[in-house]
Amino acid sequence: MTANLNAEGRSTERYLRQDRLPHIWCSGCGIGIALDAFLRAIDRADIDPDKLSVVSGIGCSGRAAGYVKLDSFHTTHGRAIPFATGLLLGNPELNVVVFSGDGDLIAIGGNHLIHAARRNIDMTVICVNNFNYGMTGGQVGPTAPLDARTTTTPYGNFEPPFNLPYLASASGASYVARWTVLHARELERSMAEAMTKPGFSFIEVISPCPVVYGRMNKEPKGLDSMHYYQERSVIRDGTDPKEANIELNGPILVGKFVDIQRPTLWDNLRHVSNKAREKVRAQAKV
Amino acid sequence: MNGDLACAEAAISAGCRFFAGYPITPASETAERMSIRLPQVGGVYIQMEDEFASMNAVLGASWAGVKAMTATSGPGFSLMMENIGLGVMLETPCVVVNIQRAGPSTGLPTMVGQGDMMQARWGSHGSYEIIALAPSSPQDIFDLTILAFNLSEKYRVPVLVMSDEVVGHMSEKVTMPRVAPEDLIHRPRPHLGPEEYLPYKANADLVPPMAVAGEGYHFHVTGLTHDERGYPVMTAEAQDRLVRRLADKIRFNKHDIIRYKEFQVEDADIVVCAYGISVRIAQLAVRMARDEGIRAGLLQLITVWPFPEERIRELSLQAKAFIVPEINYGQIVLEVERCAGGRAKAILVPHMGGSVHSPQTILEAIREAEL
Amino acid sequence: MKLWRHPFDAAEKATKPGQIHIDKERCKGCGFCAEFCPREVLQMSSDLSPKGYNVAVVNDESKCLACGFCELICPEFAIKVSTPLDNNDA
Repeated sequence: MTANLNAEGRSTERYLRQDRLPHIWCSGCGIGIALDAFLRAIDRADIDPDKLSVVSGIGCSGRAAGYVKLDSFHTTHGRAIPFATGLLLGNPELNVVVFSGDGDLIAIGGNHLIHAARRNIDMTVICVNNFNYGMTGGQVGPTAPLDARTTTTPYGNFEPPFNLPYLASASGASYVARWTVLHARELERSMAEAMTKPGFSFIEVISPCPVVYGRMNKEPKGLDSMHYYQERSVIRDGTDPKEANIELNGPILVGKFVDIQRPTLWDNLRHVSNKAREKVRAQAKV
Repeated sequence: MNGDLACAEAAISAGCRFFAGYPITPASETAERMSIRLPQVGGVYIQMEDEFASMNAVLGASWAGVKAMTATSGPGFSLMMENIGLGVMLETPCVVVNIQRAGPSTGLPTMVGQGDMMQARWGSHGSYEIIALAPSSPQDIFDLTILAFNLSEKYRVPVLVMSDEVVGHMSEKVTMPRVAPEDLIHRPRPHLGPEEYLPYKANADLVPPMAVAGEGYHFHVTGLTHDERGYPVMTAEAQDRLVRRLADKIRFNKHDIIRYKEFQVEDADIVVCAYGISVRIAQLAVRMARDEGIRAGLLQLITVWPFPEERIRELSLQAKAFIVPEINYGQIVLEVERCAGGRAKAILVPHMGGSVHSPQTILEAIREAEL
Repeated sequence: MKLWRHPFDAAEKATKPGQIHIDKERCKGCGFCAEFCPREVLQMSSDLSPKGYNVAVVNDESKCLACGFCELICPEFAIKVSTPLDNNDA
């Protein structure tokens, strides 16, 4: 009766640049799901879209910034987080979200990730993890499980991957969660929580990459990856991030792992700024 | 005060309220001074984890509407190159100070060099134009840093202040006048509302008005080749339009940007073309040459990029040679030679770095050229 | 659960079926909606989108409970689920 009509009226339409759709992501790719969850989370968390800025890096996930009708910045490879830091320190009223991929945020951008977490800067980092560098053809990334096949590990990956929740948590993130794109509702809730929580929030989103990573690792269709998530993901909130390693074809622990309170960078900066002003006032009186 | 500190004070006077940097000799004093002054004036100082982060944080702060800068030296300058390119592409006003030291590589970290001059022009990949200023004294670095902020805001381009370790570390009297608000330039602002505004639709001077984050404009900007909407467009036509405008933005406004100072050049037979710390030594050499009866003059480059091609061409009709003393193995001399077009000789007086030229060396070159 | 009498407010409490709208131009035939709908309301068809993908179509709309999962799980922003309540919004 109503099949095949226009999908106008979706709650996230007003946050999308419709003149740029359909997007470039492959059939079966999960980035669109993660992006839609983020856009729904904006309303769920009651965020003012005028004050929201999205910063992304280079890669398939990095293209997300180009599809959102918000102040958005598509920056250089690995540098979305420091760019976002500058935005926030320039205008503390901004709500800044970094939306990028595993290669961009963890390899070339790894240093910036750990420092931003250390500083507990009030930003939310959404890391879409598809275990490889998708846009450039499927090369191995720092999150690819041991023995995974990629275009640069034709005999199997010989490097152990990062455990992202562990990395983020150990660096000082105050909110750490991991979901797969199959957990669309939980993902939306997590993103809303992360965006309203002060401090550095890190959400890892596991996504299919059927055309490259999936094809080379027995998940040739997006559906195959989704079935894998369905069968092997285990929701366990509060898990010690140390245990969140992902092995090839192994279980995927998802849930909210870390949710703590820590002074944010601005809390500490304000303290310093007040001290400086005090000093100036004292000197002026002399 | 020394050049490093004068630079910091000038930035504060120019309205800079954000500094992100990484410690590197001989620029660290600028960072330290900013770390003291910025919190006093309601700005933010942050020391980032590396130069990549510093440059990007500077761009981010500029996009939040704040005048931002960083200061570094050779090795850090090299690391910042990709993101200076991002600054050019996004058309982000900001100032990058390079207190040059002897290179290549780690080189002589605590000693003078001028070997980054070509890198200032060509350091990032792709075809683009940039503005680079060369201060020759602590007073000069004060004045030129304020100019750098003004030019960067007017033309929406990163402006490089190419100082050197001697200017940075020497202490001289610096007069710091209170800068009137009318003398400070701010980036052009949009007149249209969010629905009609196009982030890269340029005004007549080829500079587009700049909306910043948080104002409700909901713009998108990208380092990919883009059109007036800010959307990535992967065509040769879009590339042609964008690359030309970014370069022409500087080229067509050369008359407003290029600055130089001349000393006894009107009747000069030999023109010494110098920049940075070499200027005062060259000036002494020129005086000594005049005492010997040689008609020598000094052309001090203030803007090294865009290079004052026309002035060199004019002088090449009058002078028989240009003497270019540089603390490198020949960089700006190549530009002088190019512009002299064979009408006058371009003679390099190199110094590899670690100390400055002696006036004698330059005088000898003048004498030889006169023969 | 077998009831020994029919509840008086059964009609009021009955879940209204949803209506599925699919944007054929955006659909890339990934199959997530058809696969993960708990009631098999959607299925993949041999109809082609303008870009040549096999699009998803509604199989049996009467089974739809407007849970909205297809809308969430579609990576292309191509599905909208509405209920009669939406349509009758005054």
